[in-house]
Amino acid sequence: MTKTLLSGNEAIARGAWEAGVEIAAAYPGTPSTEILQTLATYDGVYAEWSANEKVALDVAIGAAYAGKRALAAMKHVGLNVASESLFYSSYTGVNAGLVIITADDPGMHSSQNEQDNRNYARFAKVPMLEPSNSQEAKDFTMLAFDLSEQFDTPVLVRSTTRVSHAKSVVALGERTTYPQRKYVKNPAKYVMVPSNARGRHPVIEERLERLREWAETAEVNRIEWGDRKLGIVSAGAAYNYAREVFPEASFLKLGMAWPLPERLIREFAAAVDELVVVEELDPFIENWIRALGIPVRGKDIFPMVGEFTLGVVREAAERAGLLPSDGGAPVQPLADLPSRPPVMCAGCGHRDVFWLLRKLKVVINSDIGCYSLAVVPPLEATDTIGCMGASIGVASGMARAGLGTQRGRPRKNVAVIGDSTFFHSGIPALASAVYNQTPITVVVLDNRNTGMTGHQGNPASGDTLQGRPGKRIDIAAVARAMGVEYVAAVESRDWDALEKALREALDFPGPAVVVSHDICVFREHYTREPYRIIEDACNGCTLCFRIGCPAILKSDVIDVDSGRPKAYIDPAQCVGCGQCYDVCARQAIEPGAPIEFQL
Amino acid sequence: MNITNFLVTGVGGQGTLLAADIIAEVGLAQGLEAKKSEVHGMAQRGGVVVSHVRWGERVYSPLVSVGAVDYLIGQEIVEGMRFLHYLKPGGLLLLSSETLPPPSLTLSKIKYPAPEEALEAARKVTDRVVFIAAPKLAEELGNRRVANTILLGALSAQMPEVDPKFWLDVIVRRVPQKAVEVNREAFELGRKMGQEIAP
Ligand SMILES: Cc1ncc(C[n+]2csc(CCOP(=O)(O)OP(=O)(O)O)c2C)c(N)n1
Ligand code: SF4
Ligand code: SF4
Repeated sequence: MTKTLLSGNEAIARGAWEAGVEIAAAYPGTPSTEILQTLATYDGVYAEWSANEKVALDVAIGAAYAGKRALAAMKHVGLNVASESLFYSSYTGVNAGLVIITADDPGMHSSQNEQDNRNYARFAKVPMLEPSNSQEAKDFTMLAFDLSEQFDTPVLVRSTTRVSHAKSVVALGERTTYPQRKYVKNPAKYVMVPSNARGRHPVIEERLERLREWAETAEVNRIEWGDRKLGIVSAGAAYNYAREVFPEASFLKLGMAWPLPERLIREFAAAVDELVVVEELDPFIENWIRALGIPVRGKDIFPMVGEFTLGVVREAAERAGLLPSDGGAPVQPLADLPSRPPVMCAGCGHRDVFWLLRKLKVVINSDIGCYSLAVVPPLEATDTIGCMGASIGVASGMARAGLGTQRGRPRKNVAVIGDSTFFHSGIPALASAVYNQTPITVVVLDNRNTGMTGHQGNPASGDTLQGRPGKRIDIAAVARAMGVEYVAAVESRDWDALEKALREALDFPGPAVVVSHDICVFREHYTREPYRIIEDACNGCTLCFRIGCPAILKSDVIDVDSGRPKAYIDPAQCVGCGQCYDVCARQAIEPGAPIEFQL
Repeated sequence: MNITNFLVTGVGGQGTLLAADIIAEVGLAQGLEAKKSEVHGMAQRGGVVVSHVRWGERVYSPLVSVGAVDYLIGQEIVEGMRFLHYLKPGGLLLLSSETLPPPSLTLSKIKYPAPEEALEAARKVTDRVVFIAAPKLAEELGNRRVANTILLGALSAQMPEVDPKFWLDVIVRRVPQKAVEVNREAFELGRKMGQEIAP
């Protein structure tokens, strides 16, 4: 058997493949993205980026109904978008196995919240498995397909950033394929009108009880006996830290987050002096145990907020007296180091749009993507960001409440939204604004990829996950077809055209759309060599610093008159976009020579 | 539990994840369990990248703890300093002379630290510091990208208990075919630099 280092995400993909998955759909989102990217490389699998998570789950549900094993993957907040489909598929059940991966993000490494998606399993009454490492990620994904078919239910597998992005050794196996299960038309099961749904609800309750019974003896829930003074119940990534911090204790390791095994927990609790739950985020297991009437500790010791680490678990245990304290205060990081927050890349076309919007002094309701970074200095352009697709609706509400017009001249609210986000959930909001004739300006940043999550294809690019021929959808044409009466499509680097379009859109009485073709430097290249500061002409005025291009640095040379450092352009980082040239008021920046492209 | 902890820190584009992958695989090659975990910025260029690697008979946590790192490999001066508190007293700091000033400095009063400041701060935690002009040496070898291999060579010299063959095997497997020779040279050069102080 081959053993190899795999990330949790790679292992989930491998497990799905070995389990014979044939259809997989997802919308990218950290930390889940690599699952579909890996699965897409395996033979015998159709894999797609859908326009959003709900669509991805519907695609997987359809495939499972049709009799092929199917998978949908998403980040935790993606399951909010897909939750409608999770709930109906719980009622309908499946035909072939259906597995839904949710990758949660405790610590919010790249998310807007740290919701605990174990709650969805309970809410939607479906089983959930929770791996702690890559081997389990593979094994549990395979098991999830079997459980799905055995109990006629979608099965959730919950990963977290630390499971998805950590690598550990996995034993690889062969792929098993299954003949397509026969689809039999069965409206009582697959058509969720009230009369049928009423019939399904008792089936779901009864299914959950059978699953609970299964969980009592499932191998994924195991007791590791140690010293019986302290009994730890743990799961997922938290188990890894707890196991190292309490090497002597007894453990109940729960691989199945829902439903929880009552008898097993009672047996374990009865055999230990003190019962403690170590779980990240919500007191999900703890509250359930307490509801059984069993004395238990958990969130009075370990934090409810943030990601666990060895240090977090150890320090909390020491504070609670579960471990002797080593007395040493933790070492502090050095102060006053230069910070390195994420910034838009050198040459990113989003910068053009925010630079001009700032000048127009409008209220900016932004959205989620690389352009979210316009909130940090030096641009600091953004008023609000919530979740994907919120920009257009929030701008509409603000406009109705009259806020957009309060900064100086009467101006409309501006919603700024990326191309991927527009197709994800912007379109219904734009439809509402058009339908109700709400006067907002929508700027769509069309960089023809889903940048933030690693440059995936989307409907604006037409590139598909497995390289099959796709079709690019023209956003301006969509807006026109939806009845928007002012639509302009411009190149972001053409500041005159962009500014003219923005001003016209703002002055237009109804909803207006400006589609800006922003270059993402990972997909398109500028055609000039690096730009250069003309040292004699630069007086260190800092204007070019204010566009926030990471290639522009402070020079060691100080301007004698102003006493300020001059600017310096790092040729290793400059991509030759010319934004700095356009802002410099002293003509102190020299364009690079045109690049001769050789074929 | 006897676990060896490594932390590799750098800036996006420096090859931090590959260097950490190689360290993890050298652990596996010795028949140990190895885990690796990374914290990196988003899709944009130039963010902080930190990779945790652990070797041992049995490893549960994929993350190392503050104050517990045996080998801190800083691929850039500021990113080496940013994670100094992870080093255990007496642990080894391998610091590259690479300087990549972040853009946040343009509108701030903070200055990019000189290498001497980094070394002084490091010596408060440990006297085992190897400072290597990796980018310059790599350029002299004709390939800037082998700076990491030089650091790995130096690391290997500080771990005499590990047969250097394990390192070379993994490096040869993980670098592009046409760069194998220059990586071998870089590794040997790094080994020499790493002998500067006693392991
Ligand atoms: C519901 C949901 N799904 C996925 C994500 C992850 N995510 C963050 S930004 C983004 C899309 C960015 O694409 P786009 O709007 O085209 O902007 P760009 O990053 O290309 O500038 C995604 C998928 C999320 N935050 N929320
Ligand atoms: S990855 Fe592309 S879209 Fe994102 S900041 Fe960089 S250039 Fe802009
Ligand atoms: S041309 Fe100017 S703004 Fe564009 S990448 Fe180079 S330094 Fe940055």
